[in-house]
Amino acid sequence: MEFFVQQLVNGLTLGSVYALIALGYSMVYGILKLLNFAHGEVYMVGAFIGYGVLTMAGGAADPVLPAAVLVPLMFLAAMIGSGLLGVAIERFAYRPLRDAPRIAPLISAVGVSFFLQAAALLLFTARIRNYDTPELIPFSVGVEVGPLRISLVRILVIVTAVVLMVALTLLVSRTRLGKAMRATAYDREAAAMMGIDTDRVIAATFFIGSVLAGAAGVMIGLVFSRVFHFMGFLAGLKGFTAAVVGGIGNIPGAMVGGLLIGLAEAYAAAYLSSRFSELVVFTILIGVMLVRPSGLFGTPALQKV
Amino acid sequence: MTKIGTDEWVAQVGERTEAYRGLTAPVRRTWDGIPLGWRFAAAMLLVALLPVATDSSYVVRVGVNAFLFGLLALGLNVVVGYAGLLDLGYIAFYGFGAYTYALLSSDQIGVHLPAELTLIVVVALTAGLGYVLGLPSRRLLGDYLAIVTLFFGQVFVQLAIHLDRLSLPWADGPVNVTGGPNGIVGIDPIRLVGVTFSSVTDYFYLLLVAFVALAVGLHRLTASRTGRAWRALREDPLAAEQMGLPVNRLKLLAFAVGGAVAGFAGAVFAAVQVGVFPQNFETLLLIMIYAAVILGGAGSLPGVAIGAAVIAVFPEVLRTPDYARLIFYGVVLGGLVALLRPWSRLAAVLAGTVVLGFVVRFATAAAWPDAAAVAPGGLVARALGAWVATPPNATTVGNVAFVLLVPAVLAVTRLRGPARTWALPTVLYLAAFVWETRLVAEPSVTRQLVLGAILVVMMTARPQGLLGTPRVEML
Repeated sequence: MEFFVQQLVNGLTLGSVYALIALGYSMVYGILKLLNFAHGEVYMVGAFIGYGVLTMAGGAADPVLPAAVLVPLMFLAAMIGSGLLGVAIERFAYRPLRDAPRIAPLISAVGVSFFLQAAALLLFTARIRNYDTPELIPFSVGVEVGPLRISLVRILVIVTAVVLMVALTLLVSRTRLGKAMRATAYDREAAAMMGIDTDRVIAATFFIGSVLAGAAGVMIGLVFSRVFHFMGFLAGLKGFTAAVVGGIGNIPGAMVGGLLIGLAEAYAAAYLSSRFSELVVFTILIGVMLVRPSGLFGTPALQKV
Repeated sequence: MTKIGTDEWVAQVGERTEAYRGLTAPVRRTWDGIPLGWRFAAAMLLVALLPVATDSSYVVRVGVNAFLFGLLALGLNVVVGYAGLLDLGYIAFYGFGAYTYALLSSDQIGVHLPAELTLIVVVALTAGLGYVLGLPSRRLLGDYLAIVTLFFGQVFVQLAIHLDRLSLPWADGPVNVTGGPNGIVGIDPIRLVGVTFSSVTDYFYLLLVAFVALAVGLHRLTASRTGRAWRALREDPLAAEQMGLPVNRLKLLAFAVGGAVAGFAGAVFAAVQVGVFPQNFETLLLIMIYAAVILGGAGSLPGVAIGAAVIAVFPEVLRTPDYARLIFYGVVLGGLVALLRPWSRLAAVLAGTVVLGFVVRFATAAAWPDAAAVAPGGLVARALGAWVATPPNATTVGNVAFVLLVPAVLAVTRLRGPARTWALPTVLYLAAFVWETRLVAEPSVTRQLVLGAILVVMMTARPQGLLGTPRVEML
């Protein structure tokens, strides 16, 4: 039982990170019908920005700032940096292709993903960087729940993710921008005719999605401490899986999908074998797609003639 | 936008009515007058001379890779270019073919079938796998199909890595099927009707024959009933179905044909490499094949063949710093000549760049007298050494310059008029500096950077590919 609950915490941590990545995929798909393959790389850049801030502040072992200031600073820098990167990618790689055949922006996205990966490899080499979080926030600090200790870092990650998701939900459902985003996602041309500046709304969507990915990058850095140029590929793939399982384009779906994938991976690694955890994740995806092609929460797309 | 139809004929009107003008007009008119078949035959004859012309087995090996690439690109072209089905799991067929051949002709499970039989089995199995993987395409449309096939591809790689310790209920102890990360080695060479293909050159000619056969076959297929039906399906599945085309059968057929071609290529690949490993079938290769198909122009056979040749040969050329330099400066110069008008502006930009270079060079030389010059290499390298600044700790400075260069290039594409002319020399010099300090030394990273950049630039400049047909959407 204790083991089971421990895996639950693991799964929730992983799941909230996947959910944040999935939200970016889902929002962009909802608004542009574009599979943004470069999203995983935005997350990778976020993790590197967090690492950069940490290093500039003297490293985890000997920080010039107290952890309570440094960690929010890392999040803030990574989120803003990733957000701007996302906007730049949209501006230069996707916007010129708004009216091109569907495959063109897809290939362009793959190109961006390649470029960013290679750029990270060039700048940071293939060495795996470590946040060394235990030196900053000892893992022994945490909350005791019965026989189980949940470390502060994990609580921090889960709480931050929940806060971000609540903020996003409020933004989309309550604000003018959110209304404009929903309108643009529903029908871009009609939204433009109603006086919505769709280019700005799309840029804002990319910014928000990338901000979430940047936060996810720092979270992974804090909990799992492995930051390298190729980390975006697999995490992106899983975030993407989460988005698809939940129903791509559907925001609550992406959150549930993320948690589901995170839990599936944690339990598969714990009870089956860590070698098969990825296989389990991908099999879930294929299974869901074959049974419910529009995902668990997606509405089946009606084909307009 | 209400899409009522797409029309190649309307889109091509510009090309059809284009008059031959300028100095090269006679050459172009003659070239366009030669039938496609003769051009193809001439190109293939030239390529066939390659192993005779060089005694470097490395060059022939690059040729073999180019042909494998070409086969894969032609096969993918059937699925994506003709039938318009976005198959992102294509690489799994290649891998499946290679692993099947490897299992049936090595000591892995102790089976050594004759190559004639193995090849038939491989092609039949991959075609069958294509058929099975095509089944979801009956229900899943567009992007959803892409997603599912992408994950099929991932599952294949995962299986190849993890099926080395498979516990079967009837076997005692784990069974090693795929060899895991170590792959399968010691694969038999292909032996057809008593002829053993032993050297790289033998495989070169085998692939040449296969490539020609496939290209001719696909060319015939394009104009056939099936080919036309595929294109109708690509242009508008709904309309195609209303016209009574067997849409589902056509989709499955496209998947099966594409799969069979990839399976054959995989089998030959396994034989050439004498081994198969999971990392041979990663997403990178899939993306390169897509790049070949898209760059050349999906749906156009000559385009796809040229795209495959470029994508296969280009990274090899980048391996040698001197060639890479030549290409880099050549492409930059060519781009400037093509884009900058009038000549006076081009001359001003080039002169500005050269002068700026010398100024920066001497400034840095004065600031850090003991910094080493860019040394080894030929005449070009030495001339560059006199022009490109060499600060101490070049790696760090180069990295910073790279981080500055990317936004600078993007910004220049947004500038218009005199501002662009003024900004260009700085950006060009920065590019040359980054190239000399960082990129020349890291060919594999540079390859990836350049490939990524090409994909983006190509898509934004000419989304239909080099030889592809532009589509006009009629309202």
